[in-house]
Amino acid sequence: MVSDLFPTPENTSEPQPDSNARRSFMKQAGGILGLALAPPLVAQAERLTAYSRTIEGATDLTLRINGQTRTVRAEPRVTLLDALRERLDLTGTKKGCDHGQCGACTVLIDGQRVNSCLTLAVMVQGKEITTIEGLAQGDELHPMQAAFLKHDGFQCGYCTPGQIMSGVACVSEGHAKTDDQCREWMSGNLCRCGAYANILAAVREVASKG
Amino acid sequence: MNDFSYTQAASAKEATGIIKEKPQAAYIAGGTTLLDMMKANLLEPPQLVDLNQLPFKGIEQTSDGLRIGAIERMSTVGEHPLVVQQFPAVSQALLLAASPQLRNMASIGGNILQRTRCGYFRDAAFPCNKRVPGSGCPAIAGDHHNLAILGVSDSCIATAYPGDLSVALAAFDAVLTLENQKGKQRRVPITEFYLLPGKTPQRENVLESGELIVAVTIPGAAHARRSTYLKVRERSSYAYALASAAVGLDVQNGTIRTARVALGGVGAQPWRSREAEKVLTGAPATEATFLAAAAAALQGAQPLEHNRFKVELAQNTLVRALQQVA
Amino acid sequence: MDIEPTFSKTNPTAGVVGQPMSRVDGWAKVTGRATYSAEYSGLPGLVHAVLKTSDVAHGRVQSIDVSAAQRAPGVLAIFTHQNLPKLAKTPNSPDDRKAFVSSPMGFFPMESDQIFYAGQPVAVVVADTLERAQYAASLLKVSIVPEATISSYLDPKAQLYTPKTVKGMPGVTKRGDAQEAFAGAPVQLTATYTHATIHHNPMEPGATTAHWEGPNRLTVYDSTQGVSETQKTLAAMLGLATEQVRVVCKFIGGGFGCKAWVWPHTTLAALVAKAVGRPVKLVLTRPQQFTSMGHREEQAQTLRLGATREGKLLALIHDKSSTTSPWDDYAETNTRITNMLYALPAFEGTYHLAHANVMTSTATRAPGDMPGAFALESSMDDLAYQLGLDPIQIRLLNYADKDPSNGHPWSSKSLKQCYQRGAELFGWNQRNPKNGQTRAGKTLVGWGMATASYPVHNSQGNARVRLYADGHAVVQAGATDLGTGTYTVMTQVAADSLGLPPENIRFELGDTDLPSTQWSGGSTAAGRVSSSVYLAAQDVWQRLIKVAVQDNKSPLYRAKIEDVMVVKGQLLFRTDPDTGEAFGEVMKRAGMSDIEGSALGRYGSSYEAPRAAANADPNKKDHASEHSMHAFGAHFCEVHVDPELGTVRVTKWVSVIAGGRILNPKTARSQVMGGSIFGIGAALMETTERDPHLARYTNADLAGYHIPVNADIPDMTVEFIDEHDPYVNAMGVKGIGEISIVGTSAAVANAVFHATGRRLRSLPMTPDKVLAAMREPV
Repeated sequence: MVSDLFPTPENTSEPQPDSNARRSFMKQAGGILGLALAPPLVAQAERLTAYSRTIEGATDLTLRINGQTRTVRAEPRVTLLDALRERLDLTGTKKGCDHGQCGACTVLIDGQRVNSCLTLAVMVQGKEITTIEGLAQGDELHPMQAAFLKHDGFQCGYCTPGQIMSGVACVSEGHAKTDDQCREWMSGNLCRCGAYANILAAVREVASKG
Repeated sequence: MNDFSYTQAASAKEATGIIKEKPQAAYIAGGTTLLDMMKANLLEPPQLVDLNQLPFKGIEQTSDGLRIGAIERMSTVGEHPLVVQQFPAVSQALLLAASPQLRNMASIGGNILQRTRCGYFRDAAFPCNKRVPGSGCPAIAGDHHNLAILGVSDSCIATAYPGDLSVALAAFDAVLTLENQKGKQRRVPITEFYLLPGKTPQRENVLESGELIVAVTIPGAAHARRSTYLKVRERSSYAYALASAAVGLDVQNGTIRTARVALGGVGAQPWRSREAEKVLTGAPATEATFLAAAAAALQGAQPLEHNRFKVELAQNTLVRALQQVA
Repeated sequence: MDIEPTFSKTNPTAGVVGQPMSRVDGWAKVTGRATYSAEYSGLPGLVHAVLKTSDVAHGRVQSIDVSAAQRAPGVLAIFTHQNLPKLAKTPNSPDDRKAFVSSPMGFFPMESDQIFYAGQPVAVVVADTLERAQYAASLLKVSIVPEATISSYLDPKAQLYTPKTVKGMPGVTKRGDAQEAFAGAPVQLTATYTHATIHHNPMEPGATTAHWEGPNRLTVYDSTQGVSETQKTLAAMLGLATEQVRVVCKFIGGGFGCKAWVWPHTTLAALVAKAVGRPVKLVLTRPQQFTSMGHREEQAQTLRLGATREGKLLALIHDKSSTTSPWDDYAETNTRITNMLYALPAFEGTYHLAHANVMTSTATRAPGDMPGAFALESSMDDLAYQLGLDPIQIRLLNYADKDPSNGHPWSSKSLKQCYQRGAELFGWNQRNPKNGQTRAGKTLVGWGMATASYPVHNSQGNARVRLYADGHAVVQAGATDLGTGTYTVMTQVAADSLGLPPENIRFELGDTDLPSTQWSGGSTAAGRVSSSVYLAAQDVWQRLIKVAVQDNKSPLYRAKIEDVMVVKGQLLFRTDPDTGEAFGEVMKRAGMSDIEGSALGRYGSSYEAPRAAANADPNKKDHASEHSMHAFGAHFCEVHVDPELGTVRVTKWVSVIAGGRILNPKTARSQVMGGSIFGIGAALMETTERDPHLARYTNADLAGYHIPVNADIPDMTVEFIDEHDPYVNAMGVKGIGEISIVGTSAAVANAVFHATGRRLRSLPMTPDKVLAAMREPV
């Protein structure tokens, strides 16, 4: 296999004896940091109570979306995607397949890209959810959005929010260092219009400005 | 999807206790397999038990090998330095699977339990012995180009496990730690975890009702450090394997001291080939040896009209993988 | 107007047309604010409809037990064939069907108990939430008594027949005596090419939101390539007047042909919305997409090619066999391109169809021309090898200086330039003439090329321009932008036509309240809509000139109207271009805040070219209709074939297209790359598998049906030949959406042949087929 697509023993640093401990500490710290960005006491309190019981039928779920706390009344079966699109008027996140096979519904949860169609809304309470609507600061586009515009990284636009969210994560993960690596790590987002070469150019440009 | 209730389990005991009361309830970790199937109305659990608060986490060195908690995510494990260095094939199997998004979501335990991609199983409109025992297997006379050629039966020709990770785990003697409803743990080698279809294709593994996968432990070995996972598919990424090979060799002065071989995409279960290993062990690391090993691995293949190519493809995949690590 | 204006005449200097402007709708798309048809969530009382479809492919509904579903929470109504409100006109009646502008099949489901294909709708469930509607649909117990099923034209029970016509073309076309010419040809090639079933799979599935604003007033937000066609067809089906139906489609998540028609789900959404008295949203699931909006039919083509020993074509006999539905004689018209692409003295083309239990197939990006070119361009490649000629050489040897199918001259043809430029960009002269010679590691490397062509289909439509005195304009046409760049290129055309900066233009589309125009399909939209926008602007100028020449304060006072021209918004004397004034001055003095103009734009042979063409002699019968109109191009491809693993990877791609005036090279480049990728998908991976006994798809999702991913696609080079065509329309624009796919799969197959020495004639070229080919002797 091509070596720059994935980590290899050669390009992975020797683990330190405490690397596990450190890793899990950092993970925990990330979680706490994520909470600290939310109104801390309320979110934490809700989180503790919400998790200690069985949820049945439609209940009020508290979601932290794009820096805002939103309440949505929904059954446990409601996916994050349908909560966003059908209940919170956040239709920027798209439904292409509803089965984790296309990537159109990609959002960030605590900074990690996931398919919101296979994520239950009830399970992401207390986490920081970022959708396409949360990237721009007012009229100022996120660099990834601007790069998609510049490089014409889309045609119909339907896969675009997912591509952009995936691109943001791809860069932050460090998986856009070469063209081939970026192609591979952007392959979880289908584009039927065939904008791949332009999507690649956009993500690589943002990565290079890193 | 049916309207289920949702419980976040605080402990394994609580989790297994719920299943004991409600055997139809289901565990959820990443949800990528479960919700996919629930949306297709293939499963209708009345309750979901969220395992994400359970302490089945961490990637740590133990005296038995590298122990990976069952609810660690595929992406975390795939890029973990200890996995990359000790088990390149495991890392590659993880990172060649699915998509970056799905790998961020899917747990190791869930991956091991993923279900076949056989189109007849996935669509409730079709008969399927695995889904509805006794209803028949239209794949045998129908579309089976990506179904299994090893370990199949008259009842079922599905690649019951369609993924990649367990192929690598099978090659490198991984052992699963399971915990049952009484809180008792047992260790099962992954090669003994999956069941061949026989006349009961609905039974896919040895898990008891409510039993949890706690961790997977992979013993370190020279052949594991010198390993690779090669995956052949119909597009360059984000696709299931037509054929794959997880191989590891310990070669000294041109002679293979130990070898590990498992095939994916061709077996009714992740296909550990001790036949191939036998050919390889003690033999010179040459193409002739690899060809002989590949022939041995596919000796018992039972292909049908549309998946006959997999015999050759699996052999070639195995030879190529062996060449890469030799 | 005697002399119809043309853009090249009135805009001799460069403006924004032809510039690589970024998409004007791009901001909405990158921020998630573009609204697609399932995203009108603010409608009062909006509820969700879900289709329940048939498990089996042929039979009769015995019963549908709705009791459990009816009891399920949130359910408002359940419709089956027993209680679905009746249509005023139905495709099931051939007479009724004539009233439809855009109905793709002679069948509408749920009008009887009959089941003709797997996935046919049998019920519609309406509930207050999507989850509840979906779950209730799963509770319906549908009993169907199955009947004998035919799965495709390959089914032993299938009966092939030759239809009288397919899509308006005769079932048999003969030009010269091809049989005799073939029999006497010194070089004969016979080969059969097969294609899998292909699905368009736009990323946005079919989606309709239907809102009855009154008993006779329906607004439909529909994912459609043609709002006007959907409006007229829905009105006819529902028994409403055209103006009582409004169809809106501001953004559409891809179409590729499948959204060019009114399929049953759209009509069902409107029917059930009326019945429940609430706005209803109906979105197809991805599996339903495979059985709701058509597909490219599976097919076999046999080509018999006769040539001289020098490589000159003498005859082509083209037989196509394919599957159609139980009700329609539908086939892609593959013989259109095989009959016209090369100087060919004798041609015979025949269609063979078999009815099977499958819905009617439909237009799929370059219908007919795409598979037809695969067969022809593969055969031409074979001929080149057999005679020891370079693949470009054999094509130049048979270059058609006029259209052999009808003898007409081309309105324009720059194919030689496409070959030449493509070869330069690709480095074709470095090509090893022998195949199977180049290795890169474990892979075999091959280069291939193919010709592309797509016809100019006649179409027409209106546009309206409202120019404000302050230098802004609203420009409108009821077109759609499939991602093709319509919003952007029309903004550019309007800007240049009005002499305004593009940021002062608002172009509106996607609404039947706007001037009617035809669909975006058949590569017609860019040429038609740009012409109508341009002509509408000219209409504004004509109206304003009339105002100016009657205004005694104007420098143009008492000028003859025909003596005044408009250059970049300045009204000037033709003979004295320094005298005149800006349009805003005229309007301000006249107290006009705005002025409107409108026009009908024509694309293709109905365009009045003689009045438009340079130095046209009105007495000379130089009609556009006497020209053959096509875009041309060439694709070049490099592949790496792994002969042991059977994988084929495209590693380099060059497309050069001559498509008349290119309105925006940035969006055009994207469109051509997209078409090529669509073709690479068809070449290497795309196939929908239908069970041969049950006639039901076994991979109807995006995990089982592979469309290319980013990792499949290399760097791509796209260039355009500067081409001026006075005959196609006022803008000189030919469409490029479809030509971009024509020839692509042949370019890949030809490269595979060059790499391996093996000719693969069955698409897609998946590893199983590559391995089988590698076992064959060279």
